[in-house]
Amino acid sequence: MLQSIMNFFGKTKPSKEVAKDRLKLVLIHDRANVSPQFLEMIKSEIIKVITNYIEIDESELEIQLTRTQSEDGQGIVPALIANIPIKNVKTKTK
Amino acid sequence: MGEVIVITSGKGGVGKTTTTANVGVGLAMRNKKVALVDADIGLRNLDLVLGLENRIVFDLVDVVEGRCKLRNALVKDKRFDGLYLLPAAQTRDKTAVKPEQMIKLCNDLRKEFDFVLIDCPAGIEQGFNNAVVAADRAIVVTTPEVSAVRDADRVIGLLEAKELRNPRLLINRIRNDMVRRGEMMSIEDVKDILAVDIIGIVPDDEKIVISTNRGEPVITDGKSLAGQAYNNIARRILGEDVPLLDLEGHDEGFMLKLKKFLGIKN
Ligand SMILES: Nc1ncnc2c1ncn2[C@@H]1O[C@H](COP(=O)(O)OP(=O)(O)OP(=O)(O)O)[C@@H](O)[C@H]1O
Ligand SMILES: [Mg+2]
Repeated sequence: MLQSIMNFFGKTKPSKEVAKDRLKLVLIHDRANVSPQFLEMIKSEIIKVITNYIEIDESELEIQLTRTQSEDGQGIVPALIANIPIKNVKTKTK
Repeated sequence: MGEVIVITSGKGGVGKTTTTANVGVGLAMRNKKVALVDADIGLRNLDLVLGLENRIVFDLVDVVEGRCKLRNALVKDKRFDGLYLLPAAQTRDKTAVKPEQMIKLCNDLRKEFDFVLIDCPAGIEQGFNNAVVAADRAIVVTTPEVSAVRDADRVIGLLEAKELRNPRLLINRIRNDMVRRGEMMSIEDVKDILAVDIIGIVPDDEKIVISTNRGEPVITDGKSLAGQAYNNIARRILGEDVPLLDLEGHDEGFMLKLKKFLGIKN
């Protein structure tokens, strides 16, 4: 009861929920065999494409495999999330 | 023709040997002829859990290297009709056996026994490969902890790659008091994450330690919760439809609290 009241106020999350969240994420990596090299490869390809149009801060670019609520709200799905800080939008004339 | 079932896990120490011993006894108590094969070469333990350590003459490596007949290496358990142990070699390592030799051995055992249970070593290297190579079915043992579940997932993937589809999951060492507090993953949680069917659940039970001390598998104590759990698993292997054991109200934590509350000392 005390536990659930604390949960209600967002103080602590029961450790089994933390365990589940961590496991689900690590298993996506394990199952997909996603190596850091693989993510690096995606990263450099993305940089190549985007820099054609936008000036970005390459050193701050972050890409990671994570989980997110699915569109239909039916559950958690794996997602590739990229955080790409923009420095300037290139105005392409021509 | 008998069926070969491997008991495996990935992570060490989660209860493969305990499971093999108890399920083996459970099947033998149901009038099946059962051979238990200790594939953990170099780390022989199944003999101890079964209380047969003083009866070993030859071992698995002696058999595959032709130093003795299979029949002579099998240790007959005098307490349970139809139960035999093929012990692991203690002074060799996992490379002492080749997969082809394991296949031949299992095919020979299949002719004589209804069930051949293989106690797999921890890990995913050669010892694992040898243990699974001849299996028709697999039971993957895990505990409700992150590292064990992760390793179980890896092993399930490897088994599928070896055409051992639909492995069954055994969740061991469940502490219902902790599950109730939300501090341990529940049966459902683990099942959802691994997405495989469950062959059984076994509570964390000090009776297992006590029975292992004595070399008398806990399944012979039909009143113990762990004993009931293993009996249920043996029945499910035989195709019976048995509901999962209800752990509610049985856990040590609750009983201890109740005893304290009532002022009972034990
Ligand atoms: N349900 C349980 N409750 C309490 N103790 C248990 C339970 N299951 C297993 N144990 C204990 O955990 C320890 C490890 O069990 P066991 O030897 O069966 O694991 P294993 O998977 O075969 O290990 P290894 O990977 O080293 O071969 C033993 O001391 C055993 O008594
Ligand atoms: Mg073992």
